Amino acid sequence: MENIKKPENIVYGKPRLINDTPMHYCPGCTHGVVHNLVASIIDEMGLAEKTIGIAPVGCAVFAYNYVDIDWIEAPHGRAPAVATAVKRLNTDKMVFTYQGDGDLAAIGTAETIHACNRGENIAIIYINNAIYGMTGGQMSPTTIVDMKTATCPYGRNVALNGYPLKITDILVPLEGTCLVTREAVHTVAAVKRTKKMLTKAFENAMAGKGTSIVEVVATCTAGWKMSADQANKWMVDNLFPAYPLGVLKDV
Amino acid sequence: MAEEVKLLKGNEAIALAAIRYGADGYFGYPITPQSEIMETLMDEQPWTTTGMVVLQAESEVAAINMVYGGAGCGKKCMTSSSSPGISLKQEGISYLAATELPALIVNVMRGGPGLGTIQPSQSDYFQTVKGGGHGDYHLITLAPASAQEMADHVAIGFDLAFKYRNPAMILSDGMIGQLMEKVVLPPQRPRRTEAEIRKECPWAALGKPANRKPNIHTSLEMDSTIWEQYNIRFQAKYREIEANEVRYEELHCNDADYLIVAFGAAARIAQKVVEIARKEGIKVGLFRPITLYPYPSKRLNTYKNKLKGILTVELNAGQMIEDVKLAVDCQVPVAHFGRMGGIIPTPQEVYEALKKTSWKI
Repeated sequence: MENIKKPENIVYGKPRLINDTPMHYCPGCTHGVVHNLVASIIDEMGLAEKTIGIAPVGCAVFAYNYVDIDWIEAPHGRAPAVATAVKRLNTDKMVFTYQGDGDLAAIGTAETIHACNRGENIAIIYINNAIYGMTGGQMSPTTIVDMKTATCPYGRNVALNGYPLKITDILVPLEGTCLVTREAVHTVAAVKRTKKMLTKAFENAMAGKGTSIVEVVATCTAGWKMSADQANKWMVDNLFPAYPLGVLKDV
Repeated sequence: MAEEVKLLKGNEAIALAAIRYGADGYFGYPITPQSEIMETLMDEQPWTTTGMVVLQAESEVAAINMVYGGAGCGKKCMTSSSSPGISLKQEGISYLAATELPALIVNVMRGGPGLGTIQPSQSDYFQTVKGGGHGDYHLITLAPASAQEMADHVAIGFDLAFKYRNPAMILSDGMIGQLMEKVVLPPQRPRRTEAEIRKECPWAALGKPANRKPNIHTSLEMDSTIWEQYNIRFQAKYREIEANEVRYEELHCNDADYLIVAFGAAARIAQKVVEIARKEGIKVGLFRPITLYPYPSKRLNTYKNKLKGILTVELNAGQMIEDVKLAVDCQVPVAHFGRMGGIIPTPQEVYEALKKTSWKI
């Protein structure tokens, strides 16, 4: 049989900035796709030598193990504060944070809102899978009503736990934000759209236009106890109604 | 800017010294009795002269994390606060220690616990030199006793922080922060360029050139055997700091029968007590630790066979006294005198305490 693995036939490859470290993410996890996009865009924009990533606490704490750029791993929730200083002290650099819903919308609420309100010239990538993945599937601020997690085993009860926090919507009226959008990466079309939005966020950061937030509504196969396929379907049926996709602000 | 003599509050001296040192960034949050530090910086607008970034953060927590971010880029960054605010910064301080990033933190202490009072205190001694944040780490700790030292310790603190890649703290108090004295400010030093930082701090996360590995600042390691090795390395560094960076000042210690050991504001009061006692014919000396970590234990130890007693004077319930007892191997009677909650004792009050102690002068 003829070997078709020739350079001219290869239509897809691993981004140059993704290294060979085996990923710790679960099969079907959204992080892998978003890491791939981040690495591709940084390379395509020629920013590999100018980028400093701020990693969160949560599953993506290890983002620095996979994308070959300079990184600072922030204490839980503090990535926007860390990014604020990195960008202000290095105005010619591209600085982005990569955070989950527990990191950004619970413990880091103050840092998120104030970095956005100051209009820090950074990009915030916000992975919202409505659960704490790294610690074993506990309730997060974005866990939807009746969704079961380790700390709301009978489902999120509004009387006990309050309502799911649509933090991205809160960032829209802040004058410091220039791009606020909610995306997903469950289909090829969605991946392409997210790539477009992440590119725009990085461009805004370099152009000094203010803070860009790209929320990616995401899956957590382990936390949700589902297969990759089931998780994507559950996300479309249950998370998308609570967190509708689309551009919320683009100025 | 050339060398200049000014009448300044201790807090103002810190701010002006930071600009002149060539600091890259200050990130703070208002709290009494240290707000003049950020107020002075904002008034000076150093971003229009040296390019220094000054930012009022949304909290003490955000401020220390901004310092952490700046330090990760090899920039000379600092923050300041007072006791309750310093408690909030402890997580960030532990991260700085764990990632071995240099930074300068100023604590202008006020009376605790809780929200406490806005008056001077030294009740954060334990927090500063025995821990504060989580984990086995040490903060290089400088204790200024004058407005001049507030200025001087900025440069010493930053230099030590960068020499050892370790956070350093200026542990001051509301009295030293607020008192006005003559201060000699050093000439302006230039801030480092990015090229200089890349050369002097090859670990700085400033963007990865093609010819080196990524610079990653993290304090997470899932493999305990590796993290223990990190800890062993940290401890070796602390032993090196203990061997090389001890600072202290002595006043009439050579012929002393009794020593007062005191730092910061308490040492200023104790200076007068020594004067009073000497007039009364009692041979008292003052030993003033300038570094609280590393503690000048070895030097204090050399006095243990010559002394009839030691009195530690602290604006707290008796914290440094533990280190004094350890320093003299508990072979000299050591007593403590202190006032708490923001009260500053008079020299006469301390002198009476000295005479009333168990060794009977």
